[in-house]
Amino acid sequence: MGVIEKMDKADFPGKIHETAGGGIVLSKLDDVINWARSNSLWPLTFATSCCGIEMMSVASAKYDFSRFGFEVARATPRQADVIIIAGTIVNKMAPVLRRLYDQMADPKYVIAMGACAISGGPFFYNTYSVVKGADHVIPVDVYIPGCPPRPEALLHALITLQGKIKAGLTREQIKESSYLNP
Amino acid sequence: MLNEDLKLKLTGILPLISFEEGGEWLNVIVPSEELKSFVLRLRSGPDLMMDYLFCLTCVDWKTHFTIVYHFSSTRYRHNIVVKAKIDRTNPEIETVSDIWRTAEMLEREVYDLFGVKFLHHPDLRRLIMPDDWEGWPLRKDFEDPVNMIRL
Repeated sequence: MGVIEKMDKADFPGKIHETAGGGIVLSKLDDVINWARSNSLWPLTFATSCCGIEMMSVASAKYDFSRFGFEVARATPRQADVIIIAGTIVNKMAPVLRRLYDQMADPKYVIAMGACAISGGPFFYNTYSVVKGADHVIPVDVYIPGCPPRPEALLHALITLQGKIKAGLTREQIKESSYLNP
Repeated sequence: MLNEDLKLKLTGILPLISFEEGGEWLNVIVPSEELKSFVLRLRSGPDLMMDYLFCLTCVDWKTHFTIVYHFSSTRYRHNIVVKAKIDRTNPEIETVSDIWRTAEMLEREVYDLFGVKFLHHPDLRRLIMPDDWEGWPLRKDFEDPVNMIRL
């Protein structure tokens, strides 16, 4: 009767004791919750410009983010777990984005997709109307550069977000333990 | 109608006009005080039937503004571009919203971003910018020290 540290298929956190009729699973409840949570993230259908087209491409058959548990795109923030800021945020959109974020139930995650969401964009930064980075409005977990980012880059960001959730740390804890503050 | 034929016809209507060459469409430059009667003729004349105003914009040349009208005829399928030069310090031009209703919104947009007054417009308010916004953001000399850096 051996103890398997990690199952070969899934990255289940904890130990599995195999017995004749099944098995015994040992783990921390927090780890199991984070593990479950990270594999079923429901994105909000929110896009403000061309990155939205790329996001739709990732949602559809060719790239298919449902392989990683993102398939249940919700049109209401009350049922969404993650908001992908796909596009330019203008000053008039900023309060709407803030309200959407506030309406999402905890725990909630934010991905800033593309140059506009990171810094105001490669073209629109020097105008009267554009917010210079969505993190002026809401806190961001994962940034993806690109204009727009490749679909693979968005998938990478989604997987990075899952890794972040599985690590079990809050945004603030990660920031504190980062290489900037060793 | 071909551009050459249009050119002859338009010169017959108003000899004051001049033309710009080079584009796909015929560019007509009209004195701003003659604009209203000229475009009314474009709309109502059975030979031209410019019943569709598909674009109305403004260009800031730093010395003056140019109001640019793009017209099309859904019957004859010909297009022309009409340009009118106006004063930059006191930008005013007659509205065309009584001829093409769509100009109501287009002129409000130009007013919103360039501060051009369209005389006799039924409802000249800001369209996109907040109601308490000050300044005309698409003018070349517009400055916003909070959001913009000077290039």
